[in-house]
Amino acid sequence: MESVFSNVDRAPEDPILGVTVAYNNDPSPAKLNLGVGAYRTEEGKPLVLDVVRRAEQQLVNDPSRVKEYIPIAGFADFNKLSAKLILGADSPAIQESRVATIQCLSGTGSLRVGAEFLKKHYHQSVIFIPKPTWGNHPKVFNLAGLSVEYYRYYDPSTRGLDFQGLLEDLGAAPSGAIVLLHACAHNPTGVDPTSEQWEQIRQLIRSKSLLPFFDSAYQGFASGSLDTDAHSVRTFVADGGECLIAQSYAKNMGLYGERVGALSIVCKSADVASKVESQVKLVVRPMYSSPPIHGASIVATILKSSDMYNDWTIELKGMADRIISMRQQLFDALQAKGTPGDWSHIIKQIGMFTFTGLNKEQVAFMTKEYHIYMTSDGRISMAGLSTRTVPHLVDAIHAAVTRVG
Amino acid sequence: MAMMAMKIRNSASRRTTTTMASRQISSGLRSMSSWWKNVEPAPKDPILGVTEAFLADPSPDKVNVGVGAYRDDNGKPVVLECVREAERRIAGASFMEYLPMGGSVEMVEETLKLAYGKNSEFIKDKRIAAVQSLSGTGACRLFADFQKRFRPDSQIYIPVPTWSNHHNIWRDAQVPQKTYHYYHPETKGLDFSGLMDDVKNAPEGSFFLLHACAHNPTGVDPTEEQWREISQLFKAKKHFAFFDMAYQGFASGDPRKDAKSIRIFLEDGHHIGISQSYAKNMGLYGQRVGCLSVLCEDEKQAVTVKSQLQQLARPMYSNPPLHGAQIVSIILGDPQLKNQWLQEVKIMADRIIGMRTTLRESLEKLGSPLSWEHVTKQIGMFCYSGLTPEQVDRLTSEYHIYMTRNGRISMAGVTTGNVEYLANAIHEVTKSS
Repeated sequence: MESVFSNVDRAPEDPILGVTVAYNNDPSPAKLNLGVGAYRTEEGKPLVLDVVRRAEQQLVNDPSRVKEYIPIAGFADFNKLSAKLILGADSPAIQESRVATIQCLSGTGSLRVGAEFLKKHYHQSVIFIPKPTWGNHPKVFNLAGLSVEYYRYYDPSTRGLDFQGLLEDLGAAPSGAIVLLHACAHNPTGVDPTSEQWEQIRQLIRSKSLLPFFDSAYQGFASGSLDTDAHSVRTFVADGGECLIAQSYAKNMGLYGERVGALSIVCKSADVASKVESQVKLVVRPMYSSPPIHGASIVATILKSSDMYNDWTIELKGMADRIISMRQQLFDALQAKGTPGDWSHIIKQIGMFTFTGLNKEQVAFMTKEYHIYMTSDGRISMAGLSTRTVPHLVDAIHAAVTRVG
Repeated sequence: MAMMAMKIRNSASRRTTTTMASRQISSGLRSMSSWWKNVEPAPKDPILGVTEAFLADPSPDKVNVGVGAYRDDNGKPVVLECVREAERRIAGASFMEYLPMGGSVEMVEETLKLAYGKNSEFIKDKRIAAVQSLSGTGACRLFADFQKRFRPDSQIYIPVPTWSNHHNIWRDAQVPQKTYHYYHPETKGLDFSGLMDDVKNAPEGSFFLLHACAHNPTGVDPTEEQWREISQLFKAKKHFAFFDMAYQGFASGDPRKDAKSIRIFLEDGHHIGISQSYAKNMGLYGQRVGCLSVLCEDEKQAVTVKSQLQQLARPMYSNPPLHGAQIVSIILGDPQLKNQWLQEVKIMADRIIGMRTTLRESLEKLGSPLSWEHVTKQIGMFCYSGLTPEQVDRLTSEYHIYMTRNGRISMAGVTTGNVEYLANAIHEVTKSS
């Protein structure tokens, strides 16, 4: 019998996850994976945080723990703790019960659920996203039924923020349009607005009644401080306006595969927040009924215990510091080698990624000749670098820049 | 918590004061109304809302026969021993990386063996496109999205009644729905001729949702002979069969027996789709572990279809959760643990079958004027009692017994401790029928 799906074409490889697939297939001992944004230790190994191991042991050793369905919106304590983490425990929005928080499947899931909610209940269905942005963002919003427009963000000539372009494009957006903002450590560029620039962005967004939707995937991971990395979000919430926030624990707690995150919708009143939560549940139920327990249990265990919380902040700072150190080492090594070009953006950019400025051909060259795996937009994951591998990367960049157009 | 508050207070004092302009904007914002003021409160989920109401009830006599989650004879949720052992092996392990978009390869391989047969030629020939999914719900939703994208002209035929979330899933995937006859209220059994008529009258090449075993909510399954007839008619009409198998092993106690309907369709040459869930049969409810599979013409097509399923998963959750998949892989990959699992599943199924018998006998002993034969004829977690919504409401308000208003009783919530109370209450509200 013929298949009813014989008309289906093969989908292209995901550009980001496809890099790791290619890396895994490469037999060269010199290969370096600077593709997907997962933290690696100095030895190039993935890291399960010690505090996460302890939390997991605690859970396993507790005979009273069950595996029942958790509520559609997830664990209540996880939700409250997540809201406090991003908004600050003294946030008036929390104290006034104006925040609807729903446990979701990491950042992706939080974005998708938030977008589906907006499609159903918000009067505008256009979302403005920065150019460039994480490759999965436009797909998430498109599948939710939103239409995607871009605002200028990255300036290739300075390898920094195109602030004027950003202000112009958001200034020209229709009233009420949704605006996606990377809370910190912009992916893929690592370029963040300064706090003065954030203030101007906030004023513009509020004056045009645009709706901010924050993607916070790196809180604590960027600067090493959870509060500093939440600053942009908190100033928006402090002005009393509404916004959406997608939080991920993939990187900052190393819980990648457990898919833990939260969607928070900050509303004008407690009554509205409660109704909004009830409607978000209607989006979740036909998607996956209720979120997975395990990762959220680990997070709640850690956030609830002041000892574990402290230990977490120390391990988190350790990861952030190693990345910052890698940036410095890479920059210093390129300077020492005399590689042509201005590489100061490597130390100016922040977070897991550096937008090197290398073009597609140069990237392909580096993969072919030096077995360096990275996305074709020139993004490298600093977390994949170590003191030992910096020289190899520098050789590759140097060769690419001097030999390829 | 105190440490956290202190840290935040310190950072707050560092914040600069806002400018005049932004203060004006702030006060203007505070007086602006919400974007969401016209959002209506959503109705409670008919199934999950029952448990919420149950939890809120302070009565010591309360009984929850609402949501389909297994309880032991003490009314307690159960974590299977094989699951505890698997978790012990995982804890402290050094892997929490992202799974591929299609999930754990190991777990999917083991899962396909359960549905298609350990020595299935389809597995050997790599003809099955399969991805790890967020339990049964996630598998159904992925399939519905896939159906929408690649067969946008198609509809889904859904049995009446069905699990209420099936309607939500295909609706949110924007696939138009039609229904087919299934439950016969008069006999509290299968409306076989109604079903066959609807299958016959559906346009050629229609998509049908079938419950592989232990139909939810009725517990009414076709016999083997009836399945064979259904399969033959499907063949004649070139229909597509999508099986939701949420209770393999849990229905009869024997996973092979519970997959019989699927095996019949496979023997007859259908290219089917299957949603599999480990929520009930491995007690992994909250871990959200399942699998979506689509049987294709050949390996090439299977690779193609899988790639497209991944394209749908990526913008929904990127990749599926690790923990539950690890538990499944460890259990099914270890012959001893797998045996232990099979025994534990049989114990659960047997307890439910035992409770059916006890409930029916209790009602008959009370002298009920009605027939309760269906309680033991139906199979799986649920009994479609035949109680009306009004009778259900009385059970809740007068006896603190919680079930969904369609009269569906989760037998898993019935224990030797509460079966008499339940029988008595049902008798009280139905004796004048």
